Amino acid sequence: MTDILDKEKILKIREVNRSFIDERTGEPRQILKDINLSVFEGEFISILGASGCGKTTLLRLIAGLDPVQEGKIILDGEPVHGPDSKRGYVFQQGCLFPWLTVEDNIAMGLKIRGVYKQNKDKVHEFIEKIGLGGFEKNFPHQISGGMAQRVAIARALINEPEILLLDEPMGALDSFTRADIQNLLLELRKERNTTMILVTHDIDEALYLSDRIVIMTPRPGRISEVLEIRDSFPRERGSAQFLEKRRNILERFNLARSNTAPEYVI
Amino acid sequence: MNFVLTISGFLIAFLVNLLFPQVAENVRIKEYVFGGFRVDDNLAYRLVLLAIIAYYTVYAVVLFVHKARADKVAKFFAGAKFRFAVGLALAAWDILGTKLLFLPQPFFPGPAIIMDAFIGDTKFIWQNTLYSLRLFVAGFSVGVVTGVLTGVLIGWYPKARYWILPVLNICGVIPAVAWMPFALTLFPTSFAAATFLIAICSWFPVATMTADGVQGTPKSLFELSRTFGAGQLYQIFHIAIPHAMPQIFTGVMTAAAFGFTTLVMAEMMGQPGGLGYYINTSKVWSAYYKVFAAIVVMAVLFSAILKVVGVVQRYVLRWQKGVVR
Repeated sequence: MTDILDKEKILKIREVNRSFIDERTGEPRQILKDINLSVFEGEFISILGASGCGKTTLLRLIAGLDPVQEGKIILDGEPVHGPDSKRGYVFQQGCLFPWLTVEDNIAMGLKIRGVYKQNKDKVHEFIEKIGLGGFEKNFPHQISGGMAQRVAIARALINEPEILLLDEPMGALDSFTRADIQNLLLELRKERNTTMILVTHDIDEALYLSDRIVIMTPRPGRISEVLEIRDSFPRERGSAQFLEKRRNILERFNLARSNTAPEYVI
Repeated sequence: MNFVLTISGFLIAFLVNLLFPQVAENVRIKEYVFGGFRVDDNLAYRLVLLAIIAYYTVYAVVLFVHKARADKVAKFFAGAKFRFAVGLALAAWDILGTKLLFLPQPFFPGPAIIMDAFIGDTKFIWQNTLYSLRLFVAGFSVGVVTGVLTGVLIGWYPKARYWILPVLNICGVIPAVAWMPFALTLFPTSFAAATFLIAICSWFPVATMTADGVQGTPKSLFELSRTFGAGQLYQIFHIAIPHAMPQIFTGVMTAAAFGFTTLVMAEMMGQPGGLGYYINTSKVWSAYYKVFAAIVVMAVLFSAILKVVGVVQRYVLRWQKGVVR
């Protein structure tokens, strides 16, 4: 516990509420209620919950893509005010620019920020790192979904963001590709010590990657619990420890009976 | 087999022209002398047929020698039946139009007589073709550029959409030549007036398609660029417009067709040159074979224009699925 608390809090979310006007009824509907969360530097946090619990909404607020109406989100001492390159964002579906090659997609942020020339080598370094050497000149429709997500991750990380926000980036992938990308994330994190916040509805994914798992429940979306996972990386997906924790989380979502032995839970 | 089919239609047309007796008597086959060579209309027509045969032969040989990919060969041979039919049609037309004078004259001269317009009137046809081309390029490029600009405005700014879109919708359905009387008084030269008309009718489809493409851009692409700190201009020029490119080109293709129609009509209504003008003056002299000649040139010119637009399109949209190779 102490080792994490020693670190600096890089992101503070205080008393954040958020509501939208329901398109059908015209009534305001609360999406997020009383969200409080602190994120430490270098930490990997998963926000876990069923669809509609407001986890993507929360991530968008952190990114500055939607304005904070109530409460405060403070990154590095400054309140979040619109998106900027301090927070990298990876969308659900690769969201690559179809008219740009792999290389140009990755270099995009550098070009917008006007620092491309001095970082040209870095682009190639990243392409190699994500295992896409030889695909530099390919257009997005010529690569697979998994490759596209790798590119999306590289495109965000190359700007050296203080926090990487991941909005279910592996949601649309098959489980083998998903595992690949999870490992890539762990690798990149180990190497760069970037703080990462992952939104997911995949319990295994959250368990495999996170230091802490933030469990959210819907209507209105709120944080019901924050679990600390202290096992060292890399974690063994099949280990008893892992399965025990998995069962534990399933119980919290009322998806498993507490007296069932882990062997029978899947 | 397909190659034989391709060639044989034109060969039949060739032989018909050469061997079929000239039955009707009052047909004037003119003769020209080019540096010692005597060329009459029939010979010129046969030379053109030979050129077509030679072209297809060379093309087939090149495909064969270079071991071209199967889809390319299949594409070439898919047109074989049609080419055969074209050859037969030419032969029938030759017989009915020139040899027997079965078709009402002078409205439907045979192919050999039409060739006469190209030989006897070469310079004038060439001048008028260039005039048409110049007029088209001027009007079309103005129309496309303003169309893209308007489309981006409409697609990006709700206010522009509110004010411009109704105007676009109203003006778009009016045939451009309807503006002709105003255009002729508003603009100093008839060239400028016609440019304006062609520009208007190309502007409309490009503007609507561009607006469509800009508005259809996924929000997430803009959001992503904003996480890198992209401003509005970047979002317009590097995201909205590239995303709209496929639609823009659909608009441009339509604009080319509209523009070409307007071009010819404008020329027929009052231009000092151009293929439309050539048709008009020829009609006055009942030189219908020249009208046909102008039609042939227009067909060739327009498909050349489409080809150029197509090449640009394939280059610009090379990132699109199915477009690259």
